[in-house]
Amino acid sequence: MNTVTVPLYRAAHGRTGDKGNRSNISVIAWHPALWPLLLEQVTEAAVAAQFAHRQPARVTRHVLPRLQAMNFVLDEVLDGGVNDALNLDSHGKALSFLLLELPIQVPPALLPLLAGPPLEPPH
Amino acid sequence: MDQNILRIGCAAGFSGDRTDAAAPVVQALIAAGGPAFLIFETLAERTLALAQLARRADPEAGYEPLLPDLLRPVLADCLAHGVRIVSNFGAANPAGAARRIHALARELGLPAPRIAIVEGDDVSGPGHRPLLQAALGPALDGLDLVSANAYQGAEAIADALLAGADIVVCGRVADPSLAVGPALAHFGWARDDWTRLARATMAGHLLECGTQVTGGYYADPGYKDVPGMASLGYPIAEIDADGHCTITKPAGTGGRIDAHTVKEQLLYEVHDPAAYLTPDVVADITEAEVQELGPDRVRLSGVRGHARPATLKVNVCHATGWLAEGEISYAGARAEGRARLAAQVLRERLAGLGPLRADLIGVSSVFADDGGQWLDSLSDSGARDVRLRVAMNHRERSSAERLAREVTALYTCGPAGGGGVRTALRQRLGTVSCVLAREQAPTSFRFIEVAA
Repeated sequence: MNTVTVPLYRAAHGRTGDKGNRSNISVIAWHPALWPLLLEQVTEAAVAAQFAHRQPARVTRHVLPRLQAMNFVLDEVLDGGVNDALNLDSHGKALSFLLLELPIQVPPALLPLLAGPPLEPPH
Repeated sequence: MDQNILRIGCAAGFSGDRTDAAAPVVQALIAAGGPAFLIFETLAERTLALAQLARRADPEAGYEPLLPDLLRPVLADCLAHGVRIVSNFGAANPAGAARRIHALARELGLPAPRIAIVEGDDVSGPGHRPLLQAALGPALDGLDLVSANAYQGAEAIADALLAGADIVVCGRVADPSLAVGPALAHFGWARDDWTRLARATMAGHLLECGTQVTGGYYADPGYKDVPGMASLGYPIAEIDADGHCTITKPAGTGGRIDAHTVKEQLLYEVHDPAAYLTPDVVADITEAEVQELGPDRVRLSGVRGHARPATLKVNVCHATGWLAEGEISYAGARAEGRARLAAQVLRERLAGLGPLRADLIGVSSVFADDGGQWLDSLSDSGARDVRLRVAMNHRERSSAERLAREVTALYTCGPAGGGGVRTALRQRLGTVSCVLAREQAPTSFRFIEVAA
């Protein structure tokens, strides 16, 4: 069975929070049936690779199966955080959108559960 | 009315939130009947340091500058209907805030409210210096200290309410404690009833960012649609005697509350979901569940609690120098190439002053790293409308000011067609954190009487 590659935002949504130089990004399944895909594919390694240029000291994944959600904690990813970073977005508020561009593989049977219009592929 | 349901509305999620938020919340609380509180959360990590700077300049200042704007529309109704108010809008000067509220009540012709202030968070004075020194060690040496505040919990808030306060004005307390205090006072829970405290804490957590649970910060057209974004309803938590909560909002307001908006806010600024630390409790949401009870009504259950931390978190803010920023726009053919050349010119002109960040607004300006690795990896995309933005930190103001001069000089010395230069210089604040034992930063409340 051929899987289809879609950006993560079709299967999940999320929000970024910050404290100091640490970012947390939630990844919340749009449907419970999509949760196993997230568990299998949205791993610490995959997220670390997506943020490689921000050089996180550590990426930790916490899972909340009853919410079909996971919480990623990225240490030292904010160039010092709100007090030190030169980034316009020193809180890293937009970073959930970078994470949600991660490509994932979805089996055809689950495609009807995906959210949103099939927007442009990630560059 | 159901006396067993406590309603807590939240009408501000940060300093600078919409000042017309409170009126619909207060009307909904009055219409529902039963015990009700209104909270305002106006104190982000760095807000308190800015308030301390304001108080240095004016001893009566240092509380939330929008305080009168937040309260004027609702103070009469709150006092008339027994909707009590709890907020951290005291910032660096809770007593000053209390005096300002008394003045506002007088202006409005209202009877003097009973206003309590919560103290004990400010540990910036000389008496606390040896404690900070012991906690931070050499990290404190040489710091130009602006503020030092311990995150206090809900107990003094509850005590003030039990003593009859109509309004409780706090400085630094943990955000969820603004909701836990009223719940503790109303239900009379034991102060080590960790499970109920944890549930109320997560109710406070869902409330503390205002509309972030009712559709604010969620909308994404065609993907996550939210109706009525210009008139979002602020949240109300209905809390039962066991601490479980249902999140709702005033009828007729914009926004959306569903399982997804609640999950996003539940995890906002959480690290380990098994141990969400506050001064009141360690909350555990690993078994939490959300349930849609109806339109714009979501119940949170399954929150567990563990004994509160033995220590209090302290944030120490200090002046670290200056942030200089400058921008210039390029449009039309080869705009991106001209903006990239301008960035290169600035790098050469400002070499030796420290790292310079360059962004191409319209190409890449947010996801990139300060080091420029991301931007360097992108080849010229041919963008035809690009705004170059550069930024630099420097301890010395005069060096930081050089960035503004160099960006301005691009008008005549830079690539063709650059326009719309804007520059800004802002004082920077750094933060270091430590913990203190609870007895090293005791908290208490006292009433501020109306001036004679």
